[in-house]
Amino acid sequence: MKNKGLFSVAIAIAVGTLILLGYFADRPLLVALRVTFVQWAILLTALAVFIGVINLMVVHMSRLGQKKGGISSMALLLGLLFSLGIGLVFGPQHPFSQALFDAVVLPGEASLLAVLSISLLYAAIRLLHRRTDLISLIFVATLVLVLLGFVPMPFGEIPVLGDFLRPYITQVLAAAGARGILLGVALGTLTTGLRILMGVDRPYGGR
Amino acid sequence: MNWYALVGFVIVALAAGLIIFLAFFLQRKTHWREIPVIKGLKRQVGLSVEDGRQLHFAIGRGNLLTPDSMASLTALSAFDQVVRSTAHADRPPVVSSGDGALSILSQSTIFSASGSRTAFVQGRLAGLTPFSYVAGSLQDARNPDVAANVLIGHFGLEIALLTEAAERAGTFVMAGSDDLAAQAVAYAASAQPLIGEELYVVGAYLSDNPVYQASVKVQDIYRWLIVVILVAGALLNLAGIL
Repeated sequence: MKNKGLFSVAIAIAVGTLILLGYFADRPLLVALRVTFVQWAILLTALAVFIGVINLMVVHMSRLGQKKGGISSMALLLGLLFSLGIGLVFGPQHPFSQALFDAVVLPGEASLLAVLSISLLYAAIRLLHRRTDLISLIFVATLVLVLLGFVPMPFGEIPVLGDFLRPYITQVLAAAGARGILLGVALGTLTTGLRILMGVDRPYGGR
Repeated sequence: MNWYALVGFVIVALAAGLIIFLAFFLQRKTHWREIPVIKGLKRQVGLSVEDGRQLHFAIGRGNLLTPDSMASLTALSAFDQVVRSTAHADRPPVVSSGDGALSILSQSTIFSASGSRTAFVQGRLAGLTPFSYVAGSLQDARNPDVAANVLIGHFGLEIALLTEAAERAGTFVMAGSDDLAAQAVAYAASAQPLIGEELYVVGAYLSDNPVYQASVKVQDIYRWLIVVILVAGALLNLAGIL
């Protein structure tokens, strides 16, 4: 078992290092290896989606007998099997398959988007109730100023706010903050990647 | 190797060298600035074991072929440590993801950390699009047996729906994403948000592993280097040299 773990770690480190070197060095062999490994990864990712769908079915089948959530699991399984059947029989480009997508999936996601906009408004209102500190006050004040700067008014743009303050907040202050956060995210991404490459983080198992 | 590639290589190689060096020479017990939400998570892990309740991790939908996956892999690393510390709990933690490969990795993490035979059911693929993922995770987030919802990984604006549901269920909520819009939303919607790179240090705060501690130090060193370069660049530009 331990040897099996070491073997998977060794493969992960070797392949990860080769792909990384393939990005930096212009050697044909390294580039060819990188492209081949990435193509394999794409294939495996596609297979992982299929296994994920089986996982989804198993999880919801185990919930069928439960009082709470049993009906929604049943609806999910029926919907999954029905759309899978339609896709297999008619193909994904058939008008019937397209109609199924346009009539069920699209409106469902659009309605969740509508719920999301209400949730965001509600969250902004509740923010000061939850955390009454300086940062939250600045957050809400900035939000209100930017919204007022964007909203079309019957009398036209609000002077100073629309032509100076809003662009200054969004293009200077917010952009500077966003770049700072993105730099932090990039550094976090770099060190996380290196930990995986060193075999310290092993999401593929092998401990 | 062109100049850009060379600079990139030096940055990555230097970071790797610094992590290895600091992991050997850094003191084992490093004192970090306190992040209340991570302290809260540690407390919740202990409480959930005592109360016989569950932890729900939502690790997002980062595609493994893109850099987005790093946030979700960071979440998996934190999840790994939580699973190890709750290996003998009555109710093992569950994890929901929005990507097929991530769900397999989450199952592998559960199996590797606890040897659980139900890993295939504990690591769930909740949905493949942002909203279907959220809709699929809501059942776990609102489950009365769940004591804490840890929503860290690659999310978009849809994190607001999950956070809202988890807060309404009265659970402890930790929310963080690598996406800027999601971070703003998590700040407004959650009592315990993770801002910026805080997401990437959760593992270091939960673990005593010197490599985790060293990687956070390297992030700090690089951050200061970037600050110095930016300020120097601005000053040189002001002086008309650049």
